[in-house]
Amino acid sequence: MRSTVEPPTDAGDTGRWLHGVLREADLGLLSGLPGMTGEPVRPVRAAGLVAVVSAVPLTEYGEEALHRNLEDLAWLERVARAHHRVVDALARAGAVVPARLATVHHDDGRVAASLTERRAELAALLDRLTGRGEWGVKGYVVPGAVPQAEETAGPGGAGAAYLRRRRAQLTAREDVQRNAAAAAAAVHEALSRHAVAARRHAPQDRRLSGAPTAMALNGAYLVDATAAAGFAGLVETLGARHPELRLELTGPWPPYSFVAERPAEPARVREPAW
Amino acid sequence: MVTTSLAPNSADDPLAYRPVALVDLLDRVLATGVVVSGDITLSIADVDLVRISLRALIASVGALAPPEPPAAGGAAAVPGPDAPSAGALPGGDW
Repeated sequence: MRSTVEPPTDAGDTGRWLHGVLREADLGLLSGLPGMTGEPVRPVRAAGLVAVVSAVPLTEYGEEALHRNLEDLAWLERVARAHHRVVDALARAGAVVPARLATVHHDDGRVAASLTERRAELAALLDRLTGRGEWGVKGYVVPGAVPQAEETAGPGGAGAAYLRRRRAQLTAREDVQRNAAAAAAAVHEALSRHAVAARRHAPQDRRLSGAPTAMALNGAYLVDATAAAGFAGLVETLGARHPELRLELTGPWPPYSFVAERPAEPARVREPAW
Repeated sequence: MVTTSLAPNSADDPLAYRPVALVDLLDRVLATGVVVSGDITLSIADVDLVRISLRALIASVGALAPPEPPAAGGAAAVPGPDAPSAGALPGGDW
């Protein structure tokens, strides 16, 4: 086992897989935290920040190998879970800026240089993330549910009514989607008001999610830890208010969705191509 | 309505790690996250590369699930690289 204090300086055939950046590392936590290869993760310190890294063999994690391995679902799942396990453990202990999957540097020096170069941005992110967690809310279309019985009587006689009914049948499918989209927007807006920040991920393909119906909302919300219970309650309330959507809450996640360079503003939504 | 809490980490027992849905995880670790300009893997930020991976994923999972009808979301809708909001992509630097 490598020392958790003195980072090895070997370069060459190992790289440094970055898990995340924190203000201060708990060495006890790190020394018991297996990284990408099973060896404990290590801290790399610079600019008042700590990067948590795994040493990885470039034969498996080098650029060429990554191109090949990312095509392999089993490999992708294994590394995604290994990376997440570390980031999740760090997030439980305090604020962490999670690194994107497969961020590999040649050596500790390069990691430290990155910290120094991005110090201000990382420090601001850590401030923003402290005491907060990410929650996911997915909304699946419920085909049979109708939000409101609005239409019945209208101008014209029986013929016109028939045409309206017929048209309603033909467009029922579109209506389901439209209603679900409207409900998703409403749910997202309501949740965003109770969050520090919010964004919408692209809806998941059903072949991936395994869900019986389409996804209308794939939202992520950065929520104060003290407000998490209230947020979960709000999800319940919104689910009851919008029977045309089946809501699913996940979390807390490490704040993966809120470390982009320009975080989405609360309640300002980028619509997915749904 | 159903609200299911698939807590990726169970607050009541920090030692009990509950596996999260892979698709939820990939939404986050592939499409988001700070992209440090790693010396080797700048190309991981390349959207095409990520898409290729997800195609492989779909192919693997697709063998087990019926094909998606051309309903909402579209059969070709690939989850994951949330192009409009993947703020970490531009420049490939972080």
